[in-house]
Amino acid sequence: MSELFVIVEHRLGEIRDITFEMLWKAGELAETLSSNLTAILIGHEVNSIAEKISDRADKIIIFDDEGLKNFNADIYKEIISRLIEESKPTLTLIGNTSWGMELAPCLSIRAGLPLATDCIDIISKNGNLIAQRQMYSGKIFANVSFAESDGYILTIRSGIFPTDRIGDRQAQIVQKDFPLKDITVKKNFIEFVETAAGDVDITQAELLISVGRGIGEEDNITIVKELAEALNGILSCSRPIVDKNWLPKYLQVGTSGKSVTPKVYIAVGISGAFQHLAGISGAGTVIAINKDPKAPIFRTADYGIVGDLFKIVPVLKDKILEVKKGG
Amino acid sequence: MDIIVCAKNVPDVAEADLNISDKGTDIDKEDLVFGINDWDNYAIEEAVLLKEKYGGTVTAITVGNEDDEEVLRRCLAMGADRAIRIEADDISRFDSFVISKILSRVVKDLQFDLIFTGVLAEDDYYGMVGMMMAEELNINHANMITALEIEDGKARTTSELEGGLGEVSLIELPALLTIQTGINEPRYVSILGIRKAAKKELKTIELPDLGISDEELSPRTIIEEAFLPPETEGAEILAGDPDKISSDLIEILKKKGVME
Ligand SMILES: Cc1cc2nc3c(=O)[nH]c(=O)nc-3n(C[C@H](O)[C@H](O)[C@H](O)COP(=O)(O)OP(=O)(O)OC[C@H]3O[C@@H](n4cnc5c(N)ncnc54)[C@H](O)[C@@H]3O)c2cc1C
Repeated sequence: MSELFVIVEHRLGEIRDITFEMLWKAGELAETLSSNLTAILIGHEVNSIAEKISDRADKIIIFDDEGLKNFNADIYKEIISRLIEESKPTLTLIGNTSWGMELAPCLSIRAGLPLATDCIDIISKNGNLIAQRQMYSGKIFANVSFAESDGYILTIRSGIFPTDRIGDRQAQIVQKDFPLKDITVKKNFIEFVETAAGDVDITQAELLISVGRGIGEEDNITIVKELAEALNGILSCSRPIVDKNWLPKYLQVGTSGKSVTPKVYIAVGISGAFQHLAGISGAGTVIAINKDPKAPIFRTADYGIVGDLFKIVPVLKDKILEVKKGG
Repeated sequence: MDIIVCAKNVPDVAEADLNISDKGTDIDKEDLVFGINDWDNYAIEEAVLLKEKYGGTVTAITVGNEDDEEVLRRCLAMGADRAIRIEADDISRFDSFVISKILSRVVKDLQFDLIFTGVLAEDDYYGMVGMMMAEELNINHANMITALEIEDGKARTTSELEGGLGEVSLIELPALLTIQTGINEPRYVSILGIRKAAKKELKTIELPDLGISDEELSPRTIIEEAFLPPETEGAEILAGDPDKISSDLIEILKKKGVME
């Protein structure tokens, strides 16, 4: 029987949602392809993590060793490429996360298998494998096929598939060892560092007014700030604003910033890249102001204003102040 | 410290209305403005900063056609010492696997302590050329670097993880690092600066001269179809002049309970 591999991602003792999402998709594919679903769990003292997925895979292969406590792409690569050689899985799924983006390309070269990254769907049609992805900042979708191969590696975008369980499985647990001393590690983990906290916590805000690269210049941020003040809301932003040092990191919304849950989120000059949208999936109502009618943000927003923010935002602010004074 | 930076010329699509090309596997790029991939801009800046601190050389490399040289000229103007273009008229026939093969082949003959690429390219969003090169060259690597220091011939790197967490590592050189946006503030490049840099060495290498086998030049991934995003219900668009839009928006904000 053919096999599907899912590489379990976990950090600081916690299983990452991307693992459940991959297991969901792999579970679905295992049905259509009549394959066995094998989760590969590498780490130290990971039994509680194995328990969390024991009803989502047919087999869990565990490598447990003190030396595997921290993620290391080279060690993962050696272990997984050996497993791939032994079992020849049709598909190996890895999260398109910071760690996965380091591991997957190395593994692809090492194992000699084709790789497509950041997939948002996997379609198996008449024995052909199609990976669906996005290009050009999410403005274009693409269906990608592969050169003939024994197996394929795909990395999966976070937040696309459900975290639910699919199907009914009972995993057989297989403990394995790997001769770690054979691998010379030339990258040493030192520590984790957290983003410094600020004077406001955007995760607690009821109303966020968020500014993006469409603002053009640092000084222009004032007009969005004034809108936020008029509304008694909190100012937040997209990543490029932080990259340019125009606003502090703790105000950044998105995968590498904060996930927020305001009642209302107003996005000003933000295109709606998926890393940004991932941070606002818990927002109540999303309102977008953008001059590009094709901006991806309009696909997920509840209300949209297509136009120049410099024409709209000041008028909106004045009107709000007027209403407030009158009321 | 000798540093190699791989950079790509990409179309700016932020406000563009994109159309699918006749072949159906890419977009029409004729009317688009091209420029350096945002991530690569941070990569070249980081290389030049290190050179300014420790001395050494910076070499910028791209695979592309003559138009793509603009990216290299920009890198030279920012402070790179020399540039190499591997001539390829239409790089869309290559995938990241092939590009990484080509770049690795060229880099193998050069002296380097560090290789930088951007985390990913804005156009295809694959984000795999860098790490494929690291494996190809069998050198150390770290991903998504947001801070970098050199300590006793080693690189102390901070890799960005999800949720704002950073992972600090110590890596022996030579190493390949993929550079994340925000690591520095890329310097401004003037037209004059680009003109001045025209004197610097810009070498062109013909692909066949690299002696890469056809097998290695055949892509592992093939775009079968590119298409515009499927229709969704989408946002309810508020129309009218700014006055009317503002009144409508205020009603919505009141209804949602965030304005009195
Ligand atoms: C690993 C990784 C992690 C990331 N994490 C995050 C993250 O946590 N958060 C995040 O936000 N991004 C993140 N990004 C970056 C993300 O991919 C996008 O690059 C970014 O979100 C774009 O920000 P933006 O929408 O402000 O800018 P752009 O995409 O440049 O969009 C600007 C928008 O402004 C509009 N505009 C321009 N002028 C005007 C005007 N006068 N009036 C109205 N509209 C105008 C344009 O039409 C455009 O849609 C990450 C990327 C990577 C690779």
